[in-house]
Amino acid sequence: MKELMTGNEAIARGAWEAGCGFATAYPGTPSTEITENIARYKEIYAEWAPNEKVAFEAGIGAALGGVRTLVCMKHVGLNVAADPFCTFSYTGTSAGFVLICADDPAMHSSQNEQDNRYYARLAKVPMLEPSNSQEAKDFTALAFELSEKFDTPVMVRVTTRISHSRGIVELGKRKNVKQKPFEPNPPKYVMVPANARVRHKVVVERQKKLAELSETSPINRIEKGKGKIGVVSAGVAYQYAREVFPDAPFLKLGFTHPLPKKLIGKFAKGKEKIYVVEELEPYIEEQIAALGIPVIGKQKLPIIDELNPDIVKAGFIKKRKPNPVEDISALPKRPPNLCPGCPHRGLFTAIKQLKPVIFGDIGCYTLSVLPPLSTHDSCICMGASIGVSYGYSKVGANEIKKSLGVLGDSTFLHSGLTGVLEMAYNKGMNTVIILDNRTTAMTGGQNHPATGFTLKGEETRAVDIPALCKALGVERVFVTSPFKVKETRELVKRELDIKEPSIIISSEPCPLIFRKRSAPFAVDPEKCKECGACLQINCPALTRKGKKAQVVDYLCNGCSVCAQVCKFNAIERVPEKKATAK
Amino acid sequence: MTSMEKLDILIVGVGGQGIILSSRIVSLAFVRAGFDVKQSEVHGMAQRGGAVSSHIRASANVYSPLIPDESADFLLSFEKLETLRYLNFVHSGTTVLINDQRIDPPSVAAGKQEYPEDIKARIAKKTKKIDFVPAAAEAFALGNERIVNSILTGVLAAYLPFDKKIWIKTFKETLSPKLLDINLKAFEKGLEFKKNF
Repeated sequence: MKELMTGNEAIARGAWEAGCGFATAYPGTPSTEITENIARYKEIYAEWAPNEKVAFEAGIGAALGGVRTLVCMKHVGLNVAADPFCTFSYTGTSAGFVLICADDPAMHSSQNEQDNRYYARLAKVPMLEPSNSQEAKDFTALAFELSEKFDTPVMVRVTTRISHSRGIVELGKRKNVKQKPFEPNPPKYVMVPANARVRHKVVVERQKKLAELSETSPINRIEKGKGKIGVVSAGVAYQYAREVFPDAPFLKLGFTHPLPKKLIGKFAKGKEKIYVVEELEPYIEEQIAALGIPVIGKQKLPIIDELNPDIVKAGFIKKRKPNPVEDISALPKRPPNLCPGCPHRGLFTAIKQLKPVIFGDIGCYTLSVLPPLSTHDSCICMGASIGVSYGYSKVGANEIKKSLGVLGDSTFLHSGLTGVLEMAYNKGMNTVIILDNRTTAMTGGQNHPATGFTLKGEETRAVDIPALCKALGVERVFVTSPFKVKETRELVKRELDIKEPSIIISSEPCPLIFRKRSAPFAVDPEKCKECGACLQINCPALTRKGKKAQVVDYLCNGCSVCAQVCKFNAIERVPEKKATAK
Repeated sequence: MTSMEKLDILIVGVGGQGIILSSRIVSLAFVRAGFDVKQSEVHGMAQRGGAVSSHIRASANVYSPLIPDESADFLLSFEKLETLRYLNFVHSGTTVLINDQRIDPPSVAAGKQEYPEDIKARIAKKTKKIDFVPAAAEAFALGNERIVNSILTGVLAAYLPFDKKIWIKTFKETLSPKLLDINLKAFEKGLEFKKNF
């Protein structure tokens, strides 16, 4: 049976076929759909963990408990999970443990484009890199086998272009894998220094065996071709390189840590030139160069952004001729924007005129950095808003505090709790706003520990966010609706002026996820004075007709924020049509 | 008809218009017709209202999921202005099929930029095979604005080298029974628009 599958669907399928029984993740583009797809297989327990570190640790427990385990995250998620990752390499596993790490070259939806292949070297963990959906499925299954055979976690590294592209996949059956009983073995699993010193030696020996396997593994293969130029490539870059060099000899790498050094030497023999085509860092290139083999890679290809066939061609063959024929940079753009009815619009509209310094976080709300809202001063990583706003207020960068940390509910639960402890324990003076929209909105609306539902849709406990903040030591905790613009503004203003730590929960559900909609608004052209204040809230449902403002009724969500900013009462709700007989 | 060796199709428009569903149906139809296929979407963080493009490549053996410059055989555009953003993929043999619909970007809505009026002339510098289709108006006439994508799938399908049975099978595989009839009706409507350039 052949199916058209995204890389993420194929990974989920590969895990299912390999007999995986436990899957855990925190959502993150481009990895989110792996776990969402796994949740559809009834044989696999699947969940959202509060963050990647917890997911990784839960995965360790499940694997030690004898069940094949998949843990998925985006590249920056592995920064969060790096602590257990680097030491789990030492202990090794019981049942197969596979980490899927999805990098995001070009930063389609990320704050950096770090190349996580270096993590495999750092942790001394084997790494596989699929180049299409079929390989995404096959390599995931292979990773489970390697994990058990070599007693190690295995990392499968994909990129956005693998995760989100569709290709044909040949489906297989599910393998029946029995749960292994846990065998207590403190020297192996208890990483006190005395044991860890022994285990590190085991890891180094394991690396040698994996390096031998990499030499003979069928997923590292020489593809014969014509000419004296050989191309080495892996991942989606292989597909671009193949398109540009259809007839050249290739060393196609799927097992990219450890690299097959002898095979590389054999491939390079007799070639005039070796090209390395890889996205982001010169990970393969530098290791080949270290073997003393002359290699051409990043001197011809960019170290930033995604590749594509045109970039590869321009780098190695010929410069691109000017194309397009005309400059498209002057075309009106369609930048990302907060949706109509988004509660974040109400919050930022409320606080903008207070002119605070706003330290943001990772989520939809970061879109408010764009004009005309222009309400963000920093965005670093998950949970950073709290620590950054604390530190900033602590050094008194402004005479009065006027600094806010702003983050979402899911981000707060991911890594905001320790930040709150910092501001409470160390007598901070900052105010944090938690934009509680009851979901993980940016990645498409996933459940989290405060939604009351699990990934599989079962009801569960929901953490009480205000009570949690108080329990962490912040006394001034308030809840407001961001659709009450003036009230919210006054509350924030008051808290900014009080030199104590405080948390404001801006609470309204995401209308996109909860399909919440009220009757639309309309502009009364008689009353509209063409001041443009309503357009400053940057709502997709607001436009102009001539010089007058106009509401696009089928886009309007009825949130009322525009009506609240209009000084002339020119925007009013359209009364719901009465259900009359035709 | 385009050569059967390969077909590169670029579908573009604005987030929320149904481009992703349309490309899934077109890609799956190629699979059912026995081609190797790759399909890849390009979009940023925008959920609604952002520029969206989807690359579909079909041949005996597809490598790159992304279409190279000046290699698209078809550019199916769900919104007039969006067509201009992708002219780098167009060459003199490209067929450009455009939904005759205008959706103002925010800067136009805010009165800061003008919506270009010379769209056809600008496309014509690269290819003469241009057709504007009133798909949005047809969808409205059929009583459902959300079937524009199926009309446009039909518009494109009329140029593709496989049997209508395959399309119907693909629609059945992809859509729930509740949505099937109206979308097939829309698809049939789209098939009628084919122009002989």
